[in-house]
Amino acid sequence: MKFGVVVFPGSNCDHDAYHVISKVLGQPVDFIWHKQTALGDYDAVILPGGFSYGDYLRAGALARFSPIMGAVREFAARGGFVLGICNGFQILCESGLLPGALMRNRGRRFLCQFVHVRVEATDTPFTQLYRKGQVLHLPIAHGEGNYYCDPETLAELRRENRIIFRYCDAEGNVTEAANPNGSLDNIAGICNRERNVLGMMPHPERASEEILGSSDGRALFQSLALVLAAMTRE
Amino acid sequence: MRATVHVRLKRSVLDPQGQAIHQAVRTLGYEGIREIRQGKYFEIELEEGLSPERARALLERLAHEVLANPVLEEYWVEIEGDAR
Repeated sequence: MKFGVVVFPGSNCDHDAYHVISKVLGQPVDFIWHKQTALGDYDAVILPGGFSYGDYLRAGALARFSPIMGAVREFAARGGFVLGICNGFQILCESGLLPGALMRNRGRRFLCQFVHVRVEATDTPFTQLYRKGQVLHLPIAHGEGNYYCDPETLAELRRENRIIFRYCDAEGNVTEAANPNGSLDNIAGICNRERNVLGMMPHPERASEEILGSSDGRALFQSLALVLAAMTRE
Repeated sequence: MRATVHVRLKRSVLDPQGQAIHQAVRTLGYEGIREIRQGKYFEIELEEGLSPERARALLERLAHEVLANPVLEEYWVEIEGDAR
């Protein structure tokens, strides 16, 4: 199995993602420069956090036009696993690979803190090792994480069980007080209809080792590795 | 030929930046301002010889695909000397 981490100008969590795959998971991983037009034989691709193109125009808006994104779109259409974290989530929304958009935080401030999120669905390659309803302690670091979509899209996300993570309190209650950025329906992460593309604002790669204050994010990468290993055996 | 593309958040979308500016403006003592919403505009210089129709079609596409995010924002195009 082989992972790829796309590097845009302004990505700054690319090394964190690379570290988790190579050192914590112990799996092969490459950096993929955004100017590449083709993806090699990767099994999973990560769009990391950061400030691609300085967040000019809108967060993720210009990265969407990077040469690599055509290949990422094809890869996703073939069923390849794509994980967008933070700025990566913003890029996936701007690209239309996920619905909706991420707006300026309701409270206007850049938020850099630990939050709780509840696992809402485990039937994705990213969340198989979690329990439904499990509360994770993960960091967020964003100025534009306020998820928005139209009511029809929200109804569709709910009906198809595509809301994967929601902000909650330590006990797992999804409340307005536990919503850090004003996201619609406390949405912290969603997947596409085929469930092979996941976008999330919290940073599992920054919470995959105890020394970082939480290792709750590790199971997300382990889930991916487990699914990929099973696919290879078939 | 010069053109302007205006982009603003839809009315239904919260504008925290506009609210912050409004709050600051009130603190400064300005009276009579009920609401401020922030948008942006793009000044675009078009190549000579482009017909206003072609220019409008081009800019509408550019606004829809790049300059605005239609999930959140609405836009309108103004072309100098083309009063539509």
